[in-house]
Amino acid sequence: MKFELIRVLDDAGCVLHPEWEPAIPAVELRHILQTMVQNSLLDEKLMRFQRQGRIGFYLTAWGEEATLVGPLWALRPSDWIFSCYREAGAALHRGYPLRTLLCQLYCNAEDPVRGRQLPVHHTARELNFVSVSSVVGTQIPHAVGMAMAAKLSGRDDVSLVYFGDGATSTGDFHVSCNIAAVRKAPCLFFCRNNGWAISTPRSVQTATPTLAQKAVAYGMPAVLVDGNDVLALAHVTAGAAARARRGEGPTLIEALTYRRGAHTSSDDPTAYRDPDEPREWECRDPIRRFRAYLEGKGLWNADEERAFVQRCEQEFAALVAEVESLPSKSPLATMFDDVYAERPWHLDEQFVELDREVRRHRA
Amino acid sequence: MPEMNIIQAVNDCLKVEMRRDSRVVVLGEDVGRFGGVFRATVGLQEEFGPDRCIDTPLAENGIVGCAIGMALYGLRPVAEIQFADYVYPAYDQIVNELAKMRYRSGGEYQAPVVIRMPAGGGIKGGHYHSQSPETIFIHTPGLKVVYPSNPADTKGLLAAAIRGDDPVIFMEPKRHYRTARGEVPEGEYLVPLGKAAVLHEAAGRSARSVTILAWGAMVHTALEAVEKGIGQGYDIELIDLRTLLPFDIETIVASVKKTGRAIVVHEAPRTCGFGAELAASIQERALLHLEAPILRVTGFDTPFPYALEMEYLPNRERILDAIERVTNG
Repeated sequence: MKFELIRVLDDAGCVLHPEWEPAIPAVELRHILQTMVQNSLLDEKLMRFQRQGRIGFYLTAWGEEATLVGPLWALRPSDWIFSCYREAGAALHRGYPLRTLLCQLYCNAEDPVRGRQLPVHHTARELNFVSVSSVVGTQIPHAVGMAMAAKLSGRDDVSLVYFGDGATSTGDFHVSCNIAAVRKAPCLFFCRNNGWAISTPRSVQTATPTLAQKAVAYGMPAVLVDGNDVLALAHVTAGAAARARRGEGPTLIEALTYRRGAHTSSDDPTAYRDPDEPREWECRDPIRRFRAYLEGKGLWNADEERAFVQRCEQEFAALVAEVESLPSKSPLATMFDDVYAERPWHLDEQFVELDREVRRHRA
Repeated sequence: MPEMNIIQAVNDCLKVEMRRDSRVVVLGEDVGRFGGVFRATVGLQEEFGPDRCIDTPLAENGIVGCAIGMALYGLRPVAEIQFADYVYPAYDQIVNELAKMRYRSGGEYQAPVVIRMPAGGGIKGGHYHSQSPETIFIHTPGLKVVYPSNPADTKGLLAAAIRGDDPVIFMEPKRHYRTARGEVPEGEYLVPLGKAAVLHEAAGRSARSVTILAWGAMVHTALEAVEKGIGQGYDIELIDLRTLLPFDIETIVASVKKTGRAIVVHEAPRTCGFGAELAASIQERALLHLEAPILRVTGFDTPFPYALEMEYLPNRERILDAIERVTNG
């Protein structure tokens, strides 16, 4: 079973397939690059913040920046994104405020999740970016259900669900592919195949040569795409989204990329991975390729990038100063809020008990 | 008022709610064309079409996972798990996703999914058609758990569950699906969650007064014990909890303060069963009103047996023995 690897750009950023080059307006092309550059910068700073103990946990998307923004071009704001924990950049690209993102990472009093989750577990209702779980693959059936609901409601919204190569081994993945194909749910299954599920390489995850081919068993089309090529990602996602909106059902997209960093701040890849392997992928860096493409079109240059990076640095520094001055935790009562729509008697009782204890020991 | 059994009450409730609110959808295995293995969804696909009464592939994690996605988008899904024994593939979706959605999103998202499941033994079903797993859901913050015993409550509680904004595990006493009959109000009918029903009142405190707490099928077994016990001169208050979480602590404690004694009856295994929680909650609030230890008449800490199921299940005699023990005969 052969899947052709869809590429629009070569490793140097030259167009290989002009017929697939999506007609993205210049302002959006620049926005795409800016999000990728910003995400990479944030990863560098925030991983350092984790090491300094300023935030409790972090993970990077180094080398996978194209997957965060490429698939979004084909989507409308009314389309929903179900992500795992590595795609905060997708929310940023949709307009998630950096200040809110930082408050979530600090889990402070203005964290939209109210300090209830680990850092990098964002939620952005106004952007149709759904609350993130740590559990691998559990968001996949939610995306199918949402897509079924959209169809049933007579709207042509689609769902895009991100997951990694490891998630393709979960029951939730297989069940979701099956149901989506049977129901012709307008759902885009977007697999970021970055080669590693913590320490488990792709070769140990499955015996099939591709992940894309798993779609065949469910009667669903699939594409294999260069995950470090923003334009190829935009191209294939546009096709899948159009197909979904026409009522023809889901598509599985396998995006080949590489996890250049550790799984998370708690992981050490030197214990299981050849240190030369990440270097081999550097020549396929998604930012470098796309930057070269934009420079070739006269839409970007080194001065602009310097200025942009400087703006990002300034904004980041100012926001960190502000965010670090906020109360470090939400008030005690918020522990008991949002468990239910209204707080039931037993949680009222437990809150009163804890509140009394806290006050007594403080006094 | 028409007389119905519990299956008919479920069916009637779903029809009323689906007519009333186009956001209500039903999904599960065999629920559509066939109308469900217990026939609780008969006629729904005919009336509301295959997109609102959805036959799903055989995958409980998919049923619950998809229901969560539908609810996030604004629908009111009612998922059927064919038997409570088959809910475990969906356990991760229920515990890690459904129950935590509102909390983990800071209140941005809610997933008001109702999961119906026939539960309990006494039907010669063996341990894969007989379990009562209410405790594991009661122990999961974010879920409400309802377990009615009769047709009218089934209709009213199910409607309240569908209209509420929280996820609800709705367990149905399949042993009495067709044997429990009663008058059920026509049209829209709601029974609020969190309120117990006092099915039989005790006159007051005496050497022979006792409160029995039960839910689901065990209410019927307890009623048999009440009937016989009264004949033997006991003064019994029987409370049908109806909602297990949040449970009606006020009604329970008021009753125990009145009678001075309590017995909890449930089918599920004893250790860490819901009876343990009730006993603890009662003694925290009413220890000095108690005349005797709180007893539990329950299933045993074994898998649910097949040939010996009637010995496993609490019955009238075991409840009467417990009454005798707490009143010193």
